[in-house]
Amino acid sequence: MPPDLWALYALMLESRLFEEAVASLWHDGLISGEMHLGTGEEAIVAGVVAHLREGDAMALDHRGTAALLMRGVDPALILRELLGHPDGLCGGMGGHMHLFSKEHLAASSGIVGAEGPAAVGFALSAQVLRPGAIAVAFFGEGAMNQGMLMESLNLASAWNLPVVFVCKDDGWAITTHSARVTGGDLTDRARGLGVQAAEVDGRDVSAVWEACRPAIERARSGGGPAFLRARCVHLEGHFLGFQLLRMVREPLREMPRIAVPLTGAFLHPGGAGLRERLAGLRTVLEAVLATLRDPRRDPANDPVRRARAALHLEEARLEELEAQVKEALNDVLAATLVEAPA
Amino acid sequence: MKTMFFTQAIDDALAQSMADDPRVILFGEDIPLMRRNLLVRFGPERVRGTPISESTFLGAGVAAAMTGLRPVVEVYMVDFLGVAMDALLNHAAKVKAFSGGKWTAPLVVRAPCGGGYGDGGQHEQSLWGWLAHIPELTILVPSTPADAGGLMLAALQHDGPVIFLEHKLLSETWLEFLGSGARRTVQFDVPAAGAKGAVPSKWRPLPIGKAILRRAGDDVMIVSVGVGVHRAQAAAQTLEAEGISAGVLDLRTVSPLDKPAICEAVAHTGRLLVVDEDYESFGLSGELAAVVLEAGISCSYARVCTQTTLPYARQLEDQSLPNQQRICASVRQLLQEQ
Ligand SMILES: Cc1ncc(C[n+]2csc(CCOP(=O)(O)OP(=O)(O)O)c2C)c(N)n1
Repeated sequence: MPPDLWALYALMLESRLFEEAVASLWHDGLISGEMHLGTGEEAIVAGVVAHLREGDAMALDHRGTAALLMRGVDPALILRELLGHPDGLCGGMGGHMHLFSKEHLAASSGIVGAEGPAAVGFALSAQVLRPGAIAVAFFGEGAMNQGMLMESLNLASAWNLPVVFVCKDDGWAITTHSARVTGGDLTDRARGLGVQAAEVDGRDVSAVWEACRPAIERARSGGGPAFLRARCVHLEGHFLGFQLLRMVREPLREMPRIAVPLTGAFLHPGGAGLRERLAGLRTVLEAVLATLRDPRRDPANDPVRRARAALHLEEARLEELEAQVKEALNDVLAATLVEAPA
Repeated sequence: MKTMFFTQAIDDALAQSMADDPRVILFGEDIPLMRRNLLVRFGPERVRGTPISESTFLGAGVAAAMTGLRPVVEVYMVDFLGVAMDALLNHAAKVKAFSGGKWTAPLVVRAPCGGGYGDGGQHEQSLWGWLAHIPELTILVPSTPADAGGLMLAALQHDGPVIFLEHKLLSETWLEFLGSGARRTVQFDVPAAGAKGAVPSKWRPLPIGKAILRRAGDDVMIVSVGVGVHRAQAAAQTLEAEGISAGVLDLRTVSPLDKPAICEAVAHTGRLLVVDEDYESFGLSGELAAVVLEAGISCSYARVCTQTTLPYARQLEDQSLPNQQRICASVRQLLQEQ
């Protein structure tokens, strides 16, 4: 059975448009604090979540909004939560990094790696109380260096738990190029802990859907945990207002603030020799250059556009679907923002 | 006179130490970019990025400190020490006792702390009381750029583990990185005197465990740390117009406490109000009551602290954190009680 690409595209589009609206509210100052979007990883989330059913649990990271929307949580409740309303999903207590929905057995954490133990515990409950149900953990490749996540892979393996560990690998942990602080290969690492592992192009929703189907079916039937590594690109960098992206998008405003003190420090007497200083400078420049070669501008890296392209032969149906999704979102926005504090 | 921003002062003091002492090294997540001005001066050997592996890099910092280095280990936020608590609780804090006093772990743990910008209850905690509960950990919480730089220097010269907490509302870089993201559409209640201020032309270590009287007063002594000090000063100003004379004592060090200064200040006013952004129960505010009671000082007492998990919603958050209104109300009530 092939995936229903129309349904997957609808899930991804709803999430994308919702998060674009969130971004604009954040820029308008109506949403406080950090804001990590899932834009760019929708294909991974949709390809996995589309397989879930009642009784399945999700352990989410600091980008949990997309997974909750796709799982069916009321977008109005999420929006009200992000705006800090008392009648938001978590009573205004959680915010986007700490979204919980008991009804959907979905819990988020802003502690990197905490999705591991959470998914293992959810899977333990499933094994004992809800045979056939599974747990899914979503996390980034940076989290793969957190001890508790490694311990989780091991425990899931030792107890043969029904967990699917989904690593959304964008290669970056904030400003750190993960490869620079990671030994060995992550997929081999999961295998080394006795967990079945597969790799997939996380920008291709059909590929993700196909790749995780056998893993989920195996977990449901008592075959134990699986690890899925899916590569993607975060379209807004680590979070909204991310300094490295700002430097590239608004160089005139951002560069002097960074370059002036940096030059001063580089030339300051006292400290390392020239070689060491240059090596330090190279590290900084590499991060800037990596951002300049912005993979975000390549449409091939946008999973929503890719899914749309695959459906382009039925333009009229696409337009109808898109109009529907937009209208539903506009209704949510209109209803919520009317009451938003000025 | 030279002035600096809060984090700029800390980094400047660090740079002075690193130039003077090759044993000082820095590591933590994203440190190459966060401390890029130190990286390009001292090189990647001494300014290192880590994986997201707090329990290991903090534990390694303890052992590296035991064997000659002077590591400054940064974690992203004090909240995330939860992941790595064993390194502090069972190792850094125990080395001296377990070695019969022959071995120490002189590391500095630097961590942003505190709320007021809408990140919610897992990212805005203070936790200095929780940390100070452990014997042998020194806990520093500066409230001005001058203190921040001077205490960082003191931390680097101290012969034992020090936790250096950098309040995000005072830190120009953290507040922009986490709070505004360079938006002009958001505002935070940043205490001006804490965010930027006069600094010495050359850093000298400030004594650890020494409080400073920020404002003299006769009716009540408000004792606080960090941003709370500035909230207390603003409240004292308001109360002055009502004819109430409130003093403000800035502890600067949570552990060890400056007991003589606390006792002297409270004995003078006969009233103690503790303003503590950390959790109310089983923490600094209760400890201060114990200090004055043990010294045989009789005084009336109240506290304005954080009582619950910090709400994400900004309005609720502002009510949960110690603020000027809560402090003023508490002082007025203390004065009415007699
Ligand atoms: C225990 C812990 N350490 C550090 C952080 C700060 N932090 C938040 S997100 C992040 C990077 C995570 O990278 P990755 O796991 O690859 O996920 P991504 O953000 O790229 O989706 C870090 C270091 C944290 N939230 N929790």
